[in-house]
Amino acid sequence: MSEQTTVDMAELLGRYGGDKSQLIQVLLEIQRRKRWLSAEDLEAVSTSLGIPYTQVYHVATFYKAFSLVPKGKHSISVCLGTACQVRNAPRLLDRIVDIFGVKPGDTSQDMQFSLDTVNCLGCCALGPVMMMDGQYYSKPTNEELERLASAE
Amino acid sequence: MSEITLTINGQEVVAQEGQTVLEVAKAAGVDIPTLCNLPELVPSGACRLCTVEIEERGRKRLVASCVYPAEQGLKVETETPQVASGRRLVLELLMARAPGVKQLTEYGIRYGVDPRKFDDTDADMCILCGICVRYCAEVKGLNAIGFVGRGVDREVMFIPEIAAKECADCSECFRLCPTGVLPSNYGINRVPHFDFPPNSFCKP
Ligand code: SF4
Ligand code: FES
Ligand code: FES
Repeated sequence: MSEQTTVDMAELLGRYGGDKSQLIQVLLEIQRRKRWLSAEDLEAVSTSLGIPYTQVYHVATFYKAFSLVPKGKHSISVCLGTACQVRNAPRLLDRIVDIFGVKPGDTSQDMQFSLDTVNCLGCCALGPVMMMDGQYYSKPTNEELERLASAE
Repeated sequence: MSEITLTINGQEVVAQEGQTVLEVAKAAGVDIPTLCNLPELVPSGACRLCTVEIEERGRKRLVASCVYPAEQGLKVETETPQVASGRRLVLELLMARAPGVKQLTEYGIRYGVDPRKFDDTDADMCILCGICVRYCAEVKGLNAIGFVGRGVDREVMFIPEIAAKECADCSECFRLCPTGVLPSNYGINRVPHFDFPPNSFCKP
């Protein structure tokens, strides 16, 4: 089990000074720093900004950018958009599932990798495409995937 | 507030700026079907049943009258064939989600709806009108129930910690639910406590 990043919530929330309009920014920052939002985090945000928990929870479940379960250290997105689809993205996805040991929408047991599918990464000509930690990979070979899977 | 004049079904009516088209129509005795609009709640335009046709600069379009502001010179038609077909579609969709609801059935007869047009295999009876959510927040200030998720996954859920404290003494939203599903969701549709150990998938 890899270390879970902890965030000094008091410090973080203090910086936003209870400004209700910053709800999404606050949630994004927590998400960015610890890669997920816990029930306790949402409660702390709700209290600090004076926004009802129902609304905080609504926002946190509305946007795909937020995760309510811990995410792996590395995030992988595989494009299943039309252009990638016709270039056999499903096959790429299968190989990724095998090599990284993680299913779409899930996180590997060792908390290293989270896998998601997306509907276009905006570079269809490179398809089938995957993205890992903000880096694009066009038609990755098994060797390339294995190298990425051994990343720390 | 200044006075404005608009036309509803060809008839000139005087209204106050800031009123919605629905309010003006009601005051003028024009009947528009509504579902998600309650006088004590801020209108949210969720059900679209109150659809009417407006004409602006010669162009016609359908809008939800409960959230559309009355404007000077606005032309409103409340029962054109376009309006009727819009309402019919809305009703067919609502009735697929919540079959057998009296209020919807009545409107359905009025607009010649085919209640079986859309077949929703997991009709869960909640039409997401938001009456319960808005009532709890706006009238009671308790926020025990809220919307969760997005798109087809959207649902209303109770926050168990708040519901346990407040709902037994209140439950006023139960009788407001137009489909009557809310009482049976209470206790079942709860925001999960989601701090469970992640992930069940084992590396092969
Ligand atoms: S539970 Fe009833 S009142 Fe609440 S959103 Fe659903 S249909 Fe509307
Ligand atoms: S469809 Fe895959 S990048 Fe556009
Ligand atoms: S009554 Fe206007 S949208 Fe429901």
